[in-house]
Amino acid sequence: MGEASKISRYLYTVIVLFLIWLFLTASLDPQELEVGLLLALIVGAFTYEIFTTSGLANLHPRRVVYAIAYVPYFLWAMIMANLDVAYRVLHPKRPINPGIVECKTVLKSDVGKLALANSITLTPGTITLDVDDDRYFIHWINVTDDSVEGASMNITAPFEKFLKVIFG
Amino acid sequence: MNALTATGEALVLIGTFFYFLSALGLIRMPDVYNRMQTSTKSATLGSLGVMLGVGIWALGTDFGNVAWLTKTITIAIFLLLTNPISAHTLIRAAYKSGIPLWEGSVVDRYREHLESRKAEVEEAEKTPEEGGEE
Repeated sequence: MGEASKISRYLYTVIVLFLIWLFLTASLDPQELEVGLLLALIVGAFTYEIFTTSGLANLHPRRVVYAIAYVPYFLWAMIMANLDVAYRVLHPKRPINPGIVECKTVLKSDVGKLALANSITLTPGTITLDVDDDRYFIHWINVTDDSVEGASMNITAPFEKFLKVIFG
Repeated sequence: MNALTATGEALVLIGTFFYFLSALGLIRMPDVYNRMQTSTKSATLGSLGVMLGVGIWALGTDFGNVAWLTKTITIAIFLLLTNPISAHTLIRAAYKSGIPLWEGSVVDRYREHLESRKAEVEEAEKTPEEGGEE
C-alpha cells in the first residue's frame, strides 16, 4: 500500500485528535469545540508524519464496519482468555504446558502487525515475544501443536480475517 | 438503586475479582513468562471492568452526567492499547537478558531462530573480511 497524500494524512490525524478531545471534555459548548479544533490543527501539523501512512483511506466504510464488528469479537475473546486464566490459576494442579512457538501472518502493514500482536497478547494463553517480518514468536501457555502451520491456525488465523480488511 | 447503578456495581465487582486473580497468578505461576501471561490478561480486563463500571455507575446517580463515562472509555481504550505493548517489551527484555524458561516447557522456537540468525550474520561477516585482507 503506497503512502497517501500529505493533506489526507493531516486531515485524518486532525479528525482522530478532535475525537479524543470530544471524549475527554464531554461537552458540546461551542467555545470548547473551537479551542479543541485549534489544538487538533496545531498538534496534527506536528505529528501527522509519524501518525499515519494511509490517511483518510482508513475511514473507508468497509474498514469502519469491520472495525466496529471487531470490537465485540475481540472483547469476547478477551473474556474467554480471562476465564481460561482463572481456570489455570485456581486449579490445584496448575495445568500448564508452556513453550515458545512460531507463527506466520499474512498481514502486510506495520499497524496491522501491531494490532495482531496486541490481540494475541490479550487472548487465550498467548503472549507475543518477538516479531520478525512476518514471523511471530509467541509464548503459549498450553502448547497443543508446535508446528508453524498448526500454531498459526490456532493463534493468528481467527483475527487475521478482520485485521486484513481493517489495516491491509 | 436503579439498573445503571446495579450494572456499574456488578462490573466493578467483576473487575476486582480479575485483579485478585492477577495477583494470585503472580504467586502461583512457575516462571516470569507464565506470570506475565496471567498478570497481563487479568489486569487488563480487570481495569476495563472497573473503569467502565465506574462510568456507568456515575450515570445512575444524581450528580452523574455522561462526562464520567466518556472519560473512562477514553482511559480504557488507552490502557487496552498500551498494556499489551508493555507486556511484550517486558517479556522480550526478560528473554534477551537470559532468563531461562520453566523446565516443563515443551518447545523453544525462538532460540532456534536466534541461533540460525547468528550463524547467518557470522557467515556474512566472514566473507568481506577475507576479501579485505587479500
